[in-house]
Amino acid sequence: MIYLLLFLEFFKIGLFTFGGGYAMIPLVKETVLQHQWLEETELYDLIGVCESTPGPIAINMATFIGATNGGFFGSIVATFGVVLPSFLIIFILAKFLSHFLENRHVKSALEGIRPTIISLILTTGLLMIRDLIDIRFSPNFQFDFTSLLLFLLLIFILHLYKKETKKDLKALPFILISAILGIFVCSLSL
Amino acid sequence: MEEEKTPSPIQKNLSVKSLFLTFFKIGIITFGGGYAMISNLREELVENKKWIEDEELIQIIAIAESTPGPIAINAATFIGYKKGGFFGALLSTLGVVLPSLILLYLISLFFDQFMQFQIIQYAFVGIKVAVSILIFRAGYSMLKKMKKTWFHCLLFSLVFLLMIIFDIFSIDFSSIFYILASALLGFIVFSLKAGGKKQ
Repeated sequence: MIYLLLFLEFFKIGLFTFGGGYAMIPLVKETVLQHQWLEETELYDLIGVCESTPGPIAINMATFIGATNGGFFGSIVATFGVVLPSFLIIFILAKFLSHFLENRHVKSALEGIRPTIISLILTTGLLMIRDLIDIRFSPNFQFDFTSLLLFLLLIFILHLYKKETKKDLKALPFILISAILGIFVCSLSL
Repeated sequence: MEEEKTPSPIQKNLSVKSLFLTFFKIGIITFGGGYAMISNLREELVENKKWIEDEELIQIIAIAESTPGPIAINAATFIGYKKGGFFGALLSTLGVVLPSLILLYLISLFFDQFMQFQIIQYAFVGIKVAVSILIFRAGYSMLKKMKKTWFHCLLFSLVFLLMIIFDIFSIDFSSIFYILASALLGFIVFSLKAGGKKQ
């Protein structure tokens, strides 16, 4: 039953997402591809949409994937699923176990998770870039020129912005710039 | 569920309606979640509403970061509970979720038609690349702030290598296992070696 499946999968995603929005992307990618809820390229479109609309990425993705695979009710159960673990855990912590996180063993486990989460996020980003540029060595050396060009332009813009302002360019303006560049580069190269 | 009210000096009991409306507003104005959420929480709750102080906000962020789930949800549930008991927690969480739920549901209805336009397809060629860079950048800036002990560096490199190897050989391996295994490793290394040398 699709509703139960959506609920359980997003409950699992909610339960294992430590450290905010980006941390959920590796797990969402696995889940969505496994159940063929979205194609890989649709997933990237969706992440782009979720980044440029208000609200936590986790909720946005759950609502969208729930809606496209289970309609209105699907979007409700997926969102409910992704929110429920946080809600229950925080509620229990706040009500009964205010010193739980001070516990030495809990702190040790959380310290162990940290480098893994960072690695998961960084490597996922790297593999996504590799997939988009689509470098192949056999049978012939080839790659997607448009994506490579966009990649280099966007990296240059990020670097320039940081150099001039000493701050990281925020996600929303960066995505808007990338959309304009995408239109520009694709129109020229066809 | 019974609502528990334990008043303390800093703790005010707020109406569930004002909690709901405040978190609904935070849900609307926050783009991208995570750290963007923190600055909006601070502006709304510390500066405008004066419901909590910076000290408490830092405590809430620490709790949110060490528990699973989006920071926005964790913060809404925690503050909602502290300020309005069980129903406060429920309504605050609902408030922060509702804008996303409504908006993304509407987007999902028109997404396919929307994606038919050539110009939109072109835009998304750029957006996809930007999204991948943003994910990489998020990981990279977290890496820069990570403690550089042998444990952290080794574990980071190990997960990195395993992911690359599994990707090359197209082996499916859930990231949940990495997380569980590293929690166990953290427990073994930091807890069982109690009093061991710290860097």
